[in-house]
Amino acid sequence: MSKAKAKKAPAQATTTPAAAKKEKKLMPKNVRKILTHRRIRPMWAKIKRTAKKKGVAPETLLKKKPKFVVKPISGEKNGSKRLVRVKKERKFYPTEDRPRRVRTGHITFRQHKRHYKQGIEPGRVVIILSGRHKGKRVVVLKTMPSGLLLVTGPMKINSCPLRRMHQMFTIVTSTKLDISGVKVPDHIDDKYFKRKHNSSKKAKSKRGDGGDIFDTKPEAYKPDEQRKKDQIEIDTQVIDVIRKHPEKKLMFSYLGSYFQLRNHMYPHLMKF
Amino acid sequence: MPPKHFVEIGRVAVIDNGTDAGKTCTIVDVIDQNRALVDGPLSGVRRQPISFKRLRLTKFKLGIPHGTSSKTVSKAWQKDDINAKFAETMLAKRMAAAEKRKQLTDFDRFKIYKLKQRMNKLIRLKFERMRAKAKSEAPKPAKTPKKADKKKKPKKRTTKEKKK
Repeated sequence: MSKAKAKKAPAQATTTPAAAKKEKKLMPKNVRKILTHRRIRPMWAKIKRTAKKKGVAPETLLKKKPKFVVKPISGEKNGSKRLVRVKKERKFYPTEDRPRRVRTGHITFRQHKRHYKQGIEPGRVVIILSGRHKGKRVVVLKTMPSGLLLVTGPMKINSCPLRRMHQMFTIVTSTKLDISGVKVPDHIDDKYFKRKHNSSKKAKSKRGDGGDIFDTKPEAYKPDEQRKKDQIEIDTQVIDVIRKHPEKKLMFSYLGSYFQLRNHMYPHLMKF
Repeated sequence: MPPKHFVEIGRVAVIDNGTDAGKTCTIVDVIDQNRALVDGPLSGVRRQPISFKRLRLTKFKLGIPHGTSSKTVSKAWQKDDINAKFAETMLAKRMAAAEKRKQLTDFDRFKIYKLKQRMNKLIRLKFERMRAKAKSEAPKPAKTPKKADKKKKPKKRTTKEKKK
């Protein structure tokens, strides 16, 4: 409603010459009232601004642009002219309304800001506290977008493979290796580490297609060739770095050893 | 065994725990059975009453009258050169070593563990040889390897001490 009014009102104002803008008193009272209305004022200001940019009087912007253009058509029985739309209509209209994606202000896990313990960075030696590799000292390669740490044993030293580790289940030590030269392939991301359910799916589809129902033999575990390759690629680089360490012999045995608590060792009082 | 050192005016003591732990001070006055007035102008301890439970007495004693000012305490302290003398005592050395142990990182601890293994192995080897020698009572075992061991052993010890 108010929009329509606003458009009409300045249109009336256009009837008066542009000089009328300066002599405000000449503007009809009701028009002035509308232009200075709380809701409309910003819109009017916007129109004025764009007009100033284009270098035209603001009133010209308020004129309705024609929707059709008359085009002469030659030929006898063609009615001599056509109305042609200035803006073409849409070619495609969906037959069914697609549900609109509702955007909530909810911040999903993917968008969460990651906070890391102090000292967690590429090259840091970390003690793993849980899982099947607990007690091992491993090297952090990088932090993942999911907030997990990408970690490797290296596998040759302590048989901890390339894997993700949550930072809460690690102790950060003050030992650091300079692995700035180590290249981690780009395809190693969170998706790379997702569990693959291929074998189970196959078995299910077999059953559905009238395959042998009693063939419940699980497929034997096959290590991923790609992973093997990546493991070797990264480990050789990391081991090269350890070789360059001033105390390389001790470093090798350090990474190959387990962390354990003995008598009078209180982890909360210890420095790592 | 009777106590070696007594609570006296001028007795130098080490504060055992709490704030100022590990610092030295001297008893200026005895307030009651439980507390003493203590001062350590040159060791960074402010004049304060302190429980005897927190004090470890040392063998040093300053010649000061009771209830004297910080100024005279510091003068007497300087005169006896307590800071330097205390640093030479076993207690101070032990305290320093404990502090060093506390600051060790995980990798340092591992290095000490490895060095200790090596040292103990050398000692054991040496001991076995000596025992064998004593058993046979033959003064003719090969001399060359023994000499090499003798040289090695003290070296390892020094490295360990450094680490500690």
